[in-house]
Amino acid sequence: MDSDRHSVILATDCGSTTTKAILIERRPEGYRQTYRGEAPTTVEAPFMDVTRGVLNAIEEVEELSGRRILDGERIIRPAAEGRGVDIYISTSSAGGGLQMLVAGAVKTMTAESAQRAALGAGAIVMEVIASNDRRLPHQKIARIRELSPDMILLSGGTDGGTVSHVVELAGYIAAARPSPRLGEGYSLPVIYAGNAQARTEVAEVLQAHTALSVTDNIRPTLERENLAPARLKIQDLFLEHVMAHAPGYDRLIGWTDAPIMPTPAAVGSIMEGIARREGINVLGVDIGGATTDVFSVFAGTFNRTVSANLGMSYSVSNVLVEAGPERILRWMPEEVAPAELQDAVKNKMIRPTTIPQALQDLMLEQALAREALALALEQHRALATELKGTQRQRDIADAFEQRAAASLVDMEKLDLMVGSGGVLSHAPRRAQAMMMLIDGFAPCAVTELAVDSIFMMPHLGVLSQVDEDAALEVFRRDCLVRLGTCVGATRTPRPGRPCLRYSLRAPGGRDAEGEMKAGEIMRFPAGADEQVEAEITPSRGVDVGAGPSRRLEAKCRGGEVGIVIDARGRPIQFDPDPASRRAQVAGWLRALDAYPQEALRPREP
Amino acid sequence: MAHAYTPGLKVLERTSVRKARLLPLRGRVLAAEGARVRAADVVAEAELPGEVHPVNVAGLLGVRPEEIAHYMLKGPGDHVEKGELLAQTRPWIKWLKASCQAPVGGTIESASQVTGQVMLREPPQNISLSAYVSGTVEQVMPEEGVVVRAEGALVQGIFGLGGECTGRLKVVASGPEAAVGPEALDSSCGNCIIVVGAQAGVELLRAAAELGVAAVVAAAMPAEQLRELLGYDIGVAVTGSEQIGTTVVLTEGFGAMPMARRTFELLEGLQGREASACGATQIRAGVLRPEVIVPAREGEAQAPIAGAAAPVATADGLHPGARVRVIRRPRFGMIGRVTELVAEPVRIETEALVRALKVELEDGQTLTVPRANVEIIET
Repeated sequence: MDSDRHSVILATDCGSTTTKAILIERRPEGYRQTYRGEAPTTVEAPFMDVTRGVLNAIEEVEELSGRRILDGERIIRPAAEGRGVDIYISTSSAGGGLQMLVAGAVKTMTAESAQRAALGAGAIVMEVIASNDRRLPHQKIARIRELSPDMILLSGGTDGGTVSHVVELAGYIAAARPSPRLGEGYSLPVIYAGNAQARTEVAEVLQAHTALSVTDNIRPTLERENLAPARLKIQDLFLEHVMAHAPGYDRLIGWTDAPIMPTPAAVGSIMEGIARREGINVLGVDIGGATTDVFSVFAGTFNRTVSANLGMSYSVSNVLVEAGPERILRWMPEEVAPAELQDAVKNKMIRPTTIPQALQDLMLEQALAREALALALEQHRALATELKGTQRQRDIADAFEQRAAASLVDMEKLDLMVGSGGVLSHAPRRAQAMMMLIDGFAPCAVTELAVDSIFMMPHLGVLSQVDEDAALEVFRRDCLVRLGTCVGATRTPRPGRPCLRYSLRAPGGRDAEGEMKAGEIMRFPAGADEQVEAEITPSRGVDVGAGPSRRLEAKCRGGEVGIVIDARGRPIQFDPDPASRRAQVAGWLRALDAYPQEALRPREP
Repeated sequence: MAHAYTPGLKVLERTSVRKARLLPLRGRVLAAEGARVRAADVVAEAELPGEVHPVNVAGLLGVRPEEIAHYMLKGPGDHVEKGELLAQTRPWIKWLKASCQAPVGGTIESASQVTGQVMLREPPQNISLSAYVSGTVEQVMPEEGVVVRAEGALVQGIFGLGGECTGRLKVVASGPEAAVGPEALDSSCGNCIIVVGAQAGVELLRAAAELGVAAVVAAAMPAEQLRELLGYDIGVAVTGSEQIGTTVVLTEGFGAMPMARRTFELLEGLQGREASACGATQIRAGVLRPEVIVPAREGEAQAPIAGAAAPVATADGLHPGARVRVIRRPRFGMIGRVTELVAEPVRIETEALVRALKVELEDGQTLTVPRANVEIIET
């Protein structure tokens, strides 16, 4: 599409709870996001029609902008003075999003590649079945039958490799006779993306029971992954099968000017775009009510994971179960009994739409968010790896050596971290969002941090498919709320010992100099349009981004919070005594002005 | 203008409850439209396909997968008994013979010459579906199930455990704030749906299970005791299949708080009546609430209850006069009436700017509460 023709763009995202509509308009200075509307998603009973929520959200945009967009239930096109839009695009995660089962011959090789393909396409992976996953055949069949995926991705065997394993898996799928989650009377889509030599046999087994399609092998050789064809196929089938059978989507598909994307695929798309255009490493997180998505682009390789068990409301109790009460309560500046934490978490689980009213409840939620982020990053690191199963020859004299798969996520090489999701974007103080990201993800060296102001990334991601320039312009200008830059020291000494000296110079002559001990954190306020010249001289062995013991000179961009120098260590070192630890945490929160000062005042014993 | 959705629970003295009774797969519907059914009556039944057992015939015989057809004694579509020979080699030296028997009785579904495996499917299992609640069959969906309509009282809870049950309603607490211990239960509680007031602790629930109590209805329980009861910590609010010996319905939440007075009084007034209860809870993707349903007696459905007020229609959202429960600290669990929907956003203790309303509580205090932190009680 010719970008010169787009003066007004309408984009919607149909989330599982709310449908959000935004207007993007071409202004003299470039594309800007101008108005936003929101309405409850109407895909479940009693409405059972996603277009109702879409129209409600668009109506809110009409009211706020004064632009007439709808003529009854028809979107007016093209844009003219005070009316209409040039294009309408949408994303969706409504109805729980795209839920897939993946299967592969070997758990750590083809099955893992299949998992990456599905996640990269925006799916939630309900289960990974592998020939070597230790379950008995009848257990695998029972499990496949129990799940009601929207789609199955079957892989296995490099081209020319094993045939029997993948045909065996196809046999289990056929025997289970899985039924699709949405819609009745249509066959479950199955994508075969494995050994090309097994295509005929797989088709013989599956064709009668499923809607089978075949695409290129996702792992044609052990050394190479080829995920793009499978990702595209998944997205095509998502639209054709899943969305077409979800309530109201057949109408919505008819309204849009580009294919509807699964929301996480769209978010990944804009992140890939920004990483590619700016040549940077990016880490993004969307911490929602039920799931936490982590996206990363390191050295040009994109990865996405969905921690489908970690969220801030529907699955907040899972965060407590996985992290444990001690890890959550260690972030609190005041004493909270574990039983009180349990009650608070369970009550949030059963009443997920509530918000914290008492300050202590806000602190508890943000403590939970830190642990959810840390757990989600752990899961992401485990999947975002170099390919497993490859062998590298060192030299002719050496035997072939099996290399352990290293994670691609290297926090010392991270340039930009972007957070989204209510707990981050709607934190009452931006310093709280910055602390949650720093405490949860522990960035090292020099990293810029930002939050997505209103979860605009899905809209921009689907827009990037038709007009990447417009999408990236709005992303830089309006989407990101820059929080500032964090300089995270690693290899720090014991708490209390000298760690580094800093000298910060902001434009206009505002300076700060000082020393920091290990265990401390400090903040230098600087605006998003300020580049602060930082010189940081670490103590012996400490690394602040230039190498151990080496002085760092960097230009650090400010933001709503400013420049943060974190000498608390990686991992962050906590005082072992509970009362001292609470005082320590209160000190960190005071340093960043994260909460009202009176709430963090040292308490009399 | 976009509509806001506020969650709500029903505590209704007289309403129509419709329960869809649907088979998990196509089967036979046994009740006719318009028929009166009792809770325990079977309204539909079906056959669930049997479990599939893959048998590695090639491996067991020591032959290549593509050779198994040569050795199979039975083929796809054939029925076999448990232990019956499926395949056997025929070597020159007879004691080198290898054979393979059916691990279960069933039907051979397929024999793959690629994998060397035979898929054996057990006979189908019969499943039957009860009406769950006494009422009238309002709609029949051929081969799928029925919709049963019952007129009577409905109390929805916020969290539950265990599945469907029926029994006589029995109130063992003296009031909504009273907390009873296991000593308050005896054999007369067996097969009953008992109302225990404020708390359902783990000791009381174990005692109830031992006595064969059908369901326990309480205001709340401490979350730590939930973990003790189940032996694991619940990660997401999807329940209904817990095997704890009884069904549990919590009306208020987790922690320690009294039952809403209206809820307690309604159940107390229906003491002795046959009721149905279910603890199944699902908070998202198709919300399910635990419940207690007390169908009206025959003839009673037509006559209005003396003094019964018309239910307040709250489907549109909050409005002054709406009865609500505060569902977040401070004053979690308190019931009151909305007095004002505050027009301008209000800054609360967390410093967030939120849309709020004023609630006059039952104790006379007026609170300013975020709109997200109240739940409509439809009565």
